[in-house]
Amino acid sequence: MQASPIHGFWNLPTNAAAHGHALDTHLLLNLWIALALLALAHLILLIGIAIRKRTPRPYQQLFIEYLPLAALTLLFAFLALRAQQLWAAQRYTGADLSAMQVEVTGQQFVWYFRYPGADAAFGRTRLSLVDPANANPLGIDPSDTYGRDDIVTSQLVLPANREVDLTLRAQDVIHGFAIPGMRIKQNAIPGQTTHIHFTPETPGDYAILCTQVCGMGHYRMLATLRVLPLADFNTWLHAQESTRSEPQP
Amino acid sequence: MNPLPIPTNPGAPFMARLLRHEWVSAKLRHATHHRTIGFGYLLLSLVAVIIGALLSLIMRTHLAWPNWQLPLHGPILPEEYLALVTMHGTLMLFFVLTVAPQSGFGNLILPAQLGTRHMAFPRINAAGLYLTAFALVTLLAAFFVPGGAPIGGWTAYPPLSATPLAGPGQGFGMDLWLASIALFSIATTLNAINMLTTITNLRCEGLTWERLPLTVWGWFTAALLSILAFSVLLAAILLLFCDRHLHSGFFFPAQDLISGTLLQHRGDGSPLLWLHLFWFFGHPEVYIAILPGMGLTSMVIANFSRRRVFAYRLMIATTLLIGFLGILVWGHHMFVAGLNPFAGTAFSISTIAIALPAAAKVFSWLATTWGSRPRLATPMLFALGFVSLFITGGLTGPILAQPILDEYLHNTFFVVAHFHLIMAMAGVFGLFCATYYWAPLLFHRTLSEPLGKLHFWTTLLGAYSTFLPMHFTGLAAEPRHYSQLTGIAGPSAALLQSTLPLQRHITASAIFLVCAQLPFFLNLLLAWRRPANKDTNPWDATTMEWAPNAFNPHPIDQPSIVYRGPSHYADTGTEFLPQWSPVNTFNTEAE
Repeated sequence: MQASPIHGFWNLPTNAAAHGHALDTHLLLNLWIALALLALAHLILLIGIAIRKRTPRPYQQLFIEYLPLAALTLLFAFLALRAQQLWAAQRYTGADLSAMQVEVTGQQFVWYFRYPGADAAFGRTRLSLVDPANANPLGIDPSDTYGRDDIVTSQLVLPANREVDLTLRAQDVIHGFAIPGMRIKQNAIPGQTTHIHFTPETPGDYAILCTQVCGMGHYRMLATLRVLPLADFNTWLHAQESTRSEPQP
Repeated sequence: MNPLPIPTNPGAPFMARLLRHEWVSAKLRHATHHRTIGFGYLLLSLVAVIIGALLSLIMRTHLAWPNWQLPLHGPILPEEYLALVTMHGTLMLFFVLTVAPQSGFGNLILPAQLGTRHMAFPRINAAGLYLTAFALVTLLAAFFVPGGAPIGGWTAYPPLSATPLAGPGQGFGMDLWLASIALFSIATTLNAINMLTTITNLRCEGLTWERLPLTVWGWFTAALLSILAFSVLLAAILLLFCDRHLHSGFFFPAQDLISGTLLQHRGDGSPLLWLHLFWFFGHPEVYIAILPGMGLTSMVIANFSRRRVFAYRLMIATTLLIGFLGILVWGHHMFVAGLNPFAGTAFSISTIAIALPAAAKVFSWLATTWGSRPRLATPMLFALGFVSLFITGGLTGPILAQPILDEYLHNTFFVVAHFHLIMAMAGVFGLFCATYYWAPLLFHRTLSEPLGKLHFWTTLLGAYSTFLPMHFTGLAAEPRHYSQLTGIAGPSAALLQSTLPLQRHITASAIFLVCAQLPFFLNLLLAWRRPANKDTNPWDATTMEWAPNAFNPHPIDQPSIVYRGPSHYADTGTEFLPQWSPVNTFNTEAE
């Protein structure tokens, strides 16, 4: 079920998200341009040292400084504009209203994922009610009826080809939520909620990493995203709903 | 050397008598002399760089071979690994890359380049050195307190840095870190005020702003940035200290649950405030580290190519422009930190804009050397190495400046590769360039050329072999600050383990890179044993520090006069006119 982790000259993990194709194309374009400019600059440097020219110097600042600068300005403006289009498409608006809702909570050193259940609404949480020993690691308030059917998992399971809206939270310190295979990364900040949305395309298992140093166990704050075909996902979700125990008192 | 004016405070006759005492005043003059202070700063940097490099080797060895046992210590625990990362970054950024180019070489060379004999405020200068030394001791003490050194990285993001509950090292160790950086901020600000005043007020006759060497422009801009950046850092540190000890809530949300303890009723602050304050300091900081090196590179390349600096005025303008843009780009460290996405767009534009003055500098370096068949002495090699590393590290800057790409690359080894090449390696090459170039002034001896060349080529190879492969582990999505890449099952483990072969190569290269510094130290030791060299201007340099007696002025010397801008070499390349020479043997006015 697992694709080979990395591929190609630039070592990228296989992309499995809808927005990732354009992102990868743009990233590879940037990398090749940087490599070409690197080679060109070093070539000029080495040739310039090797050859000898002792004519009185009719150096033209226009040709040596301003024209290359203008060319670089155009190049960077083009790259920045294209990057901006992709950034705006992903970030300027939130997820579609029909997107699936999942809440992600980071705490030293685990990720929890919460699904809203049949009522499609998350129950209220209180940090004072957090009690991992009694199966309430997120502090879901039992007095809130919305929370009664919430499902909490330690693995993120998503259906393929449906947009998902992740709500990111942190209980203690800043964590970085990243799924390299889905080309997303966003910090989870205590006291604040942030959102990120994407559409997984290819079923499979993908790495979830913490990318903001969060304490001694930072290196093991890992989780798995499992993308399932829609039918399999529904089966999984129903199984979770039926095994969900009664809310904690 | 001017004797220090002795304060005559009638309220303190004893102090006045003591200060007037011959032995005391001689000691005081020596202690406040800019050369003593400059060498003092370099010594501190040397201690810091040796410790910092050794820490990185322990870190690297553990990452590549996790079962390795440090002799006399045992295996490296995860919290110890993070403490090593934090201390490595703090030592290198603050005590090496800020201290050595700016405070160290600045104090040693700046007065001579200005044709003056002293810095504006000798005693403030000395206070800065002692504060920095005290800051270094305070920082290193963090290793030896209960809990050890802090584990949050040199950026010290709260709430991780704001409470001892967040992990080992976040207690007393973190307090020592904060105290050290607070002292360091004060010291750096004092030094910056001193440098700015010296450059503004003590230039000798004829040394107009346009005739200032680009090294002075580098120090000037870095000093301006220091005052802006370190004062903000100091404020942020005080706020964080209040959060830690006075139960304030600048960086805490209304409720925070750490290690099972609920912290509340502190107000409703935000950790993002720290990120803004820290990076408002942190980004200018990297320009403080690199601007003096850029200036020196321009001057050394012109010197050894026997050419004028190409587009001199534009180089002054780009130095100032890089400094100015440098304070507008801090948000590019926060693209995925929870900012409004429009802020990402704004900071992306200002960041990419910096590539243009930086590229203008590269064009000037390339144009100055072009067709000159320069003399490839060791200082020139290190200056060219600086150019190479600056290009290689710089080209990934515009990539990381695009928020959508940073979303993938943020906090991966790609970023580690980027800043180690452009700031750490280029910065260190600038320092080596300075040492080899100014050795005749600093030690009255030229350093050995064969050893210098061996040092250069091995260091260049080691630098590229260490930091180029990091781009590829970063593109494979390997995050920073992971103390272990093995041992956890699942797709995450597969991803991390796939980078291990490259990580082992990087570790081997890092060991090679550190060993490549042995010829340098051998070179210094051998020079120590050689007799002093009488040739005062072995490179045919044109700037004022090479004028006879400029570096060691005699009290009865006439005041210096500057007659022209720096690096006036004749088109034939054989003649040159130093700044101090009153005679014109060829037309120097053509720009």
